[in-house]
Amino acid sequence: MGQTLRLKVNGVERIDEVEPRLLLVYYLREVCGLTGTHVGCDTSQCGACTVLLAGAPVKSCNMLALQAEGASLTTIEGLAAPGELHPLQTAFWEQHGLQCGFCTPGFIMAATALLADNPDPSDEEIGRGLEGNLCRCTGYVNIRKAVKAAGEAVRAGAAAPMGG
Amino acid sequence: MIPAAFEYSRAHSVTEAVAQLREAGPEAKVIAGGQSLLPMMRMRLARPAHLVDVNAVRELDYVRVEDGHLRVGAMTRHVTLARSEVVQRHLPLLAEMASEVGDAQIRSRGTLGGVMAHADAAGDYPTLATMLDAMIVTDRRRIAAGDFFQHLFTTPLDLDELVCEVVFPVAAGPRRYLKFRRRLFDWAIVGAGVQRTEAGWRVGLTHVGPTPVRARGVEAALASGATPVEAAAHASDGLEPTSDVRATADFRLHLARVLTRRALEQAA
Ligand SMILES: Cc1cc2nc3c(=O)[nH]c(=O)nc-3n(C[C@H](O)[C@H](O)[C@H](O)COP(=O)(O)OP(=O)(O)OC[C@H]3O[C@@H](n4cnc5c(N)ncnc54)[C@H](O)[C@@H]3O)c2cc1C
Ligand code: FES
Ligand code: FES
Repeated sequence: MGQTLRLKVNGVERIDEVEPRLLLVYYLREVCGLTGTHVGCDTSQCGACTVLLAGAPVKSCNMLALQAEGASLTTIEGLAAPGELHPLQTAFWEQHGLQCGFCTPGFIMAATALLADNPDPSDEEIGRGLEGNLCRCTGYVNIRKAVKAAGEAVRAGAAAPMGG
Repeated sequence: MIPAAFEYSRAHSVTEAVAQLREAGPEAKVIAGGQSLLPMMRMRLARPAHLVDVNAVRELDYVRVEDGHLRVGAMTRHVTLARSEVVQRHLPLLAEMASEVGDAQIRSRGTLGGVMAHADAAGDYPTLATMLDAMIVTDRRRIAAGDFFQHLFTTPLDLDELVCEVVFPVAAGPRRYLKFRRRLFDWAIVGAGVQRTEAGWRVGLTHVGPTPVRARGVEAALASGATPVEAAAHASDGLEPTSDVRATADFRLHLARVLTRRALEQAA
């Protein structure tokens, strides 16, 4: 039986009828059509499904859509205006922070939350901040470089990371 | 993996949550952060017929100090515990533990009450609660931590009972909690915590059996003047851990001794 869900996704107010067992990640992908949020492990390990809930990083495969009632969500699609890139997106591109790109939306969302708290993280702080995200092909060296470069860009005033 | 179908209701107060649990009957369950319950439901290890969501129960989200005790509402999330200045000042070991539960995403959602009620053998807060004799307060009674963790995933909670608060004694002296794990966000294969209090050292162990353990042998040795190396040799006294894919029973006993020694040596 459907229940009413009201929330904001990337700044847009939505009202949908959803089944209680619908997980947030499938709500975003299949109801909202926002397929940038990926399902990697489906067991709350890999972080590919990370989105921001009121600015806080969450694994959207490990939340019910109904638990986002009244919240404001940001997905990878909502980080920058159409046709533009967020400093993290630019930095992942320029620093080769991806190979297949499957893990990238999750890394960028987790890194957005990290930089919002700490725009100048050390290597250690980046490692800790992104501990909930796994990449199976690039390796973490270029991902770390990308986060550092994005931090510099943000500090230089290119754009503030979105806090949600 | 999609959980089996269930009914869902949202509670806004403790009274409402308990009423909804009662009305929904014995197959109902509370959902707090969902970070343990949802994975179990997706693997169909849990199949509740009804979930009562307590995330909107604001009255259970607080941290305060009263009469030498730190009182923490059950819905306080890991990230809040880790960042709370009150916790950092009055029971820093709790903030330090919270900052290493799972990963940033888990810490945004998971709650203190959820960890206690779930009673996983690898949970971190149950060890702190056990070693410091914390009190678990529900909507109907107070249960000492020593009586609360009865067995793996087993507590004395009634089916319609809500954990509301955990009351810890304050302690800001030297302390350390160390976990042995293969990846940063993994649960402890074994964990050891030490806290210096006015009444001497308290020592606790995680995941060396079905429930958290207070290492009284280590505490007694320290009280009679033993060095950390001598005292830590008692950390495995009386333990009967089981073997699993992560560690054999013998390795767990070894880890209990080594981590206790390191925690005592590093306590600051
Ligand atoms: C990848 C990963 C790594 C993790 N690592 C760790 C770790 O290192 N250490 C650690 O301690 N935990 C770890 N966890 C678990 C995490 O801390 C969970 O948040 C916690 O175990 C459960 O809290 P929750 O609020 O999410 O509860 P839920 O998942 O919502 O509930 C868990 C159980 O408790 C019951 N419950 C919840 N709240 C109440 C209440 N107030 N009253 C009565 N019953 C209640 C529920 O009915 C359910 O049975 C990890 C989880 C994941 C997914
Ligand atoms: S798909 Fe959610 S954590 Fe892997
Ligand atoms: S780029 Fe392929 S998994 Fe990370």
